[in-house]
Amino acid sequence: MSADLAIVLPEIILSVYAMAALIFAVYTKKDAMAPTLVLATSALFLVMALWIGTGGSATGSAFNGMLQNDGFARFAKVVILVSAAVVLLLSQGYMKQRGLLRFEYPILITLAVVGMMVMVSAGDLIALYMGLELQSLSLYVVAALRRDNVKSTEAGLKYFVLGALSSGMLLYGASLTYGFAGTTTFEGIVQASEGGISLGLLFGLVFMAAGLAFKVSAAPFHMWTPDVYEGSPTAVTAFFATAPKMAAMALFARVVHDAFGTVVGDWQQILAFLALASMFLGAVAAIGQTDIKRLMAYSSIAHMGYALVGLAAGTAVGVEAMLIYMTIYVVMNIGTFAFILSMERDGRHVTDIAGLNMLAERSPGAACALLVLFFSLAGVPPMLGFFAKYGVLLAAVDAGLTWLAVAGVVASVIGAYYYLRIVYFMYFGDPDARRIDGTIAPLNAGLLLASAAIMLLGIVNMFGIEGLAEAAAASLVN
Amino acid sequence: MIGLEHYLTVAAALFVIGIFGIFLNRKNVIVILMSIELMLLAVNINLVAFSTHLDDLVGQVFTLFVLTVAAAEAAIGLAILVCFFRNRGTIAVEDVNNMKG
Repeated sequence: MSADLAIVLPEIILSVYAMAALIFAVYTKKDAMAPTLVLATSALFLVMALWIGTGGSATGSAFNGMLQNDGFARFAKVVILVSAAVVLLLSQGYMKQRGLLRFEYPILITLAVVGMMVMVSAGDLIALYMGLELQSLSLYVVAALRRDNVKSTEAGLKYFVLGALSSGMLLYGASLTYGFAGTTTFEGIVQASEGGISLGLLFGLVFMAAGLAFKVSAAPFHMWTPDVYEGSPTAVTAFFATAPKMAAMALFARVVHDAFGTVVGDWQQILAFLALASMFLGAVAAIGQTDIKRLMAYSSIAHMGYALVGLAAGTAVGVEAMLIYMTIYVVMNIGTFAFILSMERDGRHVTDIAGLNMLAERSPGAACALLVLFFSLAGVPPMLGFFAKYGVLLAAVDAGLTWLAVAGVVASVIGAYYYLRIVYFMYFGDPDARRIDGTIAPLNAGLLLASAAIMLLGIVNMFGIEGLAEAAAASLVN
Repeated sequence: MIGLEHYLTVAAALFVIGIFGIFLNRKNVIVILMSIELMLLAVNINLVAFSTHLDDLVGQVFTLFVLTVAAAEAAIGLAILVCFFRNRGTIAVEDVNNMKG
């Protein structure tokens, strides 16, 4: 029993911290405590990430296989914790300026992160569901954080309705899987599906894949993404675009490999279809956007498509490529959102792309860093984003999905258009347009430059992340 | 004799009604919340039926978890709906349209 508790100690610490912080803030100065809580929460996240990353926390399987703290889970947890900590620090200035910095914000983020940590280490349908719901319920509230604003509450409402629908689908699939496998543990489901999948299990798999596709915002289950990204406060959008995506994708990998690892052929076609639809929808639908938050939403849909290509390969190499892709995606998004958070015109936050016209004239440094990031998002060769795409497409070719890899290349060429259009605006745009002020807070500027520098310097050895991702993938796929 | 198939059929029917309730309903967001509840309860029928059929208690434990989460979900949904109503003054589905999509 105490061995089990040792394995989930990071989750326990974070949960206890969240509850203690809630009581502490309520009985002291409430919202005036929020900046302190944000700093404390970020620090705690970073400590946890360091602890898990250096192998200090206990590993193995806890509660009869209910939770698996293996190499894969630890890799995902470190990415989730670090990105959540960075986004939390990043959002502080923005939230404070707009009177949004309530003490509930860091607490809800902490609870969402606990949910994500349970998700990525789930070894049982019940743990999967509980983790997913803890994350989702916290995020619904965070989306509607600006409760006196129509757009924010509408975003929360839409996110809630579609998120609940997807949870229902996932749960229906889980119930069928339980019924036809006779157990809720992933280990038992693998054994039940050995040597061919029964029709009932196949239905369960399809429903669960649909539910998970909602959570990673893969087409054709993407419709909530643009509205939620646009309506939520920008700091919250930055959070949505990073940690939850990593968690949902890792959960997807865990379900298909841990629970259905013996029937790769059956889910490969589902994932390949999701990947194909996401890549093309993300690339085509982003072209006409005028709001940069909506554009980033379609961009994230396309990126999820590429990550799914890696997963669709169904091999350890594919999972490795997916993990590297997601890590690079998270870093690129943090940099881009560090800039979007500081887009202001006459002291008001704006998100229209037209405001970026001739940005290079007013703040050449930021424009240059953004150029690197957008090139990287588009997958232009010298940047790290290219190697991420190369990895997943190579894994797909190795697994015999050459058509999917070719489609991925075509979609990335289409997608490059809208990224390059923004770069064009920044350097050769209309000087008479209503431009943004171009001032950036030091923290945002630092993160923007750091993210751009990582995209350039990472090509040397990707900061050694390849070896870690390989070990993580090996612990999942066997 | 009522067997497993009957329960599964009822659950599937309720689940489909729930999904259609969300997509076809053009009137009221409260109806959507009811539809979500219907979907989750259909899943519970499934789980309990399987649990009895397999003679395995895990399904019923799962049901208790689902019930708890469904209650929390309904509470959060209603809270967000109240906030939305305060800003917009309506909860008709066709008025949830400040953003296209």
